Amino acid sequence: MTHSYPTPSAWNDDVQRRSVLKGAAAGGLVVAGGGILSACGGGGDFSGEIGNASGTLNIGSNASDDAPKAGLKAVVDAFPNSDVDVVINTLDHNTYQENITTILQAQDDDVLAWFAGFRNKFFADQGLVGDISDVWDNIDGLGEGFKAASTASDGNQYFVPTSFYTWAVNYNKNVFSENGWSEPTNKDELLSLAEDMMSAGITPFAFANDGKWPIMGTFDALNLRINGYDYHVDLMGGNESWTDDRTRAVFSTWADLLPFHQEGANGRTWQEAAIDMEEGRVGMYLLGTFAASALTDASVMDFFNFPELDSSIGAAALDAPIDGFQMVASPTNEGAAKEMLLHMSTPAAQDAYLGADPSVVASNSGANTSVYNDLQKKSSELASAATGISQFLDRDTIPDFASAAGDMFAEFIENPGDVDTLLSDLEEKKVAIFADFNETN
Amino acid sequence: MTATHNPSGDSSESLDDTPNDEPSSSTSDGGRRRRYSLLTDTDRRVLTTMVGIPTFLHVTLIWVPAVITILLSFTNWNGFRFDNMKWVGTRNYRQLFTVFEKDLYEALLNNFWVLLFLFLIATPLGILIAYILDKNLQGTAIYQSVFYFPVVLSLAVVGFIWKSVIYSPRQGVLNVLLDRTAEGDQISWLGNSDQIIPIGEYGLTQNFLAIIAPMIWRHVGYIMVLYLAGLKSVDPSLKEAAAIDGSSEWQAFKNIVFPSLKPVNVVILVITVIEALRVFDIIDVLNNPISTDVLSILVTESILGESSNVGRGSAYGVMLLLLCFGFVIWYLRSTFRENDTA
Repeated sequence: MTHSYPTPSAWNDDVQRRSVLKGAAAGGLVVAGGGILSACGGGGDFSGEIGNASGTLNIGSNASDDAPKAGLKAVVDAFPNSDVDVVINTLDHNTYQENITTILQAQDDDVLAWFAGFRNKFFADQGLVGDISDVWDNIDGLGEGFKAASTASDGNQYFVPTSFYTWAVNYNKNVFSENGWSEPTNKDELLSLAEDMMSAGITPFAFANDGKWPIMGTFDALNLRINGYDYHVDLMGGNESWTDDRTRAVFSTWADLLPFHQEGANGRTWQEAAIDMEEGRVGMYLLGTFAASALTDASVMDFFNFPELDSSIGAAALDAPIDGFQMVASPTNEGAAKEMLLHMSTPAAQDAYLGADPSVVASNSGANTSVYNDLQKKSSELASAATGISQFLDRDTIPDFASAAGDMFAEFIENPGDVDTLLSDLEEKKVAIFADFNETN
Repeated sequence: MTATHNPSGDSSESLDDTPNDEPSSSTSDGGRRRRYSLLTDTDRRVLTTMVGIPTFLHVTLIWVPAVITILLSFTNWNGFRFDNMKWVGTRNYRQLFTVFEKDLYEALLNNFWVLLFLFLIATPLGILIAYILDKNLQGTAIYQSVFYFPVVLSLAVVGFIWKSVIYSPRQGVLNVLLDRTAEGDQISWLGNSDQIIPIGEYGLTQNFLAIIAPMIWRHVGYIMVLYLAGLKSVDPSLKEAAAIDGSSEWQAFKNIVFPSLKPVNVVILVITVIEALRVFDIIDVLNNPISTDVLSILVTESILGESSNVGRGSAYGVMLLLLCFGFVIWYLRSTFRENDTA
């Protein structure tokens, strides 16, 4: 069984485009292909190990940039079951995300790249992605945090995490050592460091909000430090109020910290802010570790975990968006899909991926950390020590609501005095958006 | 001034400055020919194709979706599986005016500001430039290319250029020229939502004006080219006659050139209104900064992505449709009224 019939989602892959044309020339064969595929698919049910499946397996991917694309190819090349023909259908990153519902409903691909947490749960609850609890029964080396991020409302798992990155306070090592500064570990140290920076004529925190998502990271960090992980999850799930005193406390702390932040954040891109940090005009920047990608010399960057603000809450929770794969609800080749997902969770597959894309960290604790650079090592330690891992605000709640919250944060940093009106408006929107959402889902 | 130099019947009627004799004879000419000629089968086929296909496309691509949008605005639907769709009556509209009212009013007002600024600044400026360039200045072709250049670029590209070259807080031309690039001293052109013209809670914000500026930059060139083409068709002897009669440049323009270019003026008006209502790309490319919502942004924001809210997005769309209808009705009424009096 070596034929690979083209699927409609293959249009972005050059090789695939040629075979689409060939398929179209063959006329009705394309239509017949579905039937043949399902006939040859399911070559053996999933038995908990790799090696029994056969047939063709289609993987839908949003890895359109060179490094992630090469990474996924390396993962597939390392798949030990040679009876399975794997076809990777790559779409442009943004196109893929905007069309994910269409891709899921078409069910042309068996395995799809996606994000952990709410955005996977949502599809699971819709019945659009398949239960892979039996894959999880055979997974080794993924911690409880990863399992929780892969579990839907029914308690089953619908996602295999493969890699992640962390949100932390990034800084320029050289600037810190020139000024004799050290990483703060609690609120007092953070505030005195900020005062030091101010007196040295350096703005303590870089701040950018072009696109209205980057400062969601600041809200997440403050809420996780002030109210803790559980409250954060409940707030994102629509079960806590934005007018609650605990939520207000986050904004009053934020308002106190605003004078330490760069002005005019709403008109600045995160890349510009990261360069301000690299060039020493600002001291620190709370952003994902992808900040390094905007720097001229990424090796000057280091980061520390956002410090503790309340000793009863601690500093053990953080945003660490997890990427991975899910299976469609009724895959053409379920056996091969589950074997592939199991393979993706293994250290071997993740080592292969990181060999091509070293900007992220492997989810499996058994992955080879000796090849990690310093930032990867630190990210990995942070996440394994974390008691709660959130996915970042726009991955943790209904996208519609995330954009309403993003608008509100943007207004807040400009007019912190209007916080009461802003929060009650946001709460009103939350009620409407969650009611709409729950009615149709 | 004879009818022979301008054989196309309809355009001569309005461009010609002596509407009383020649055009009337040319229309009666056309009428007579039509009355006595029979359509052949080929004519009929050609007519059916030429009228039928556009009508079919118009109905299926414009009217069917419009009606579907109106129907969808009374539902709550997440965009997939029809059995998920719930009829909710007028709830989306009620929420638009109670829960999401700030977004809606901001968007309506912003659409209005675009219309106002294009109409009051860009359009007159385009006409002025066209009028000056029509005087056969030296190097007029260069000026024309310079002013027309932005029109060749899509608004999305215009947005990128202005964002990275003009408005960037540290390297942008404006802050460099104003010497405001130092940390803490920068002007945030796209991030500052202070109101320049406050209207209650709403108003014209500074950053929205910064977005209107590139739209004006582009619109001026567009209007200039349209008007320049119109000006070429104005008979120079009229202007000469006006000059001999001792009228000033402004009087000649106001009383002779401008009225004689009525068809061009109407096209410009329509284009300006359309540009203002459909504005989307530049704001989207600039990442929709704070307080820069317009209706089309609200529509897409509600509908795109997973778990979309098709009902509310459609309700915003209906708001846009109503605005368009308002303009279309006003336009048709004024056109028909003129035809009646003519």
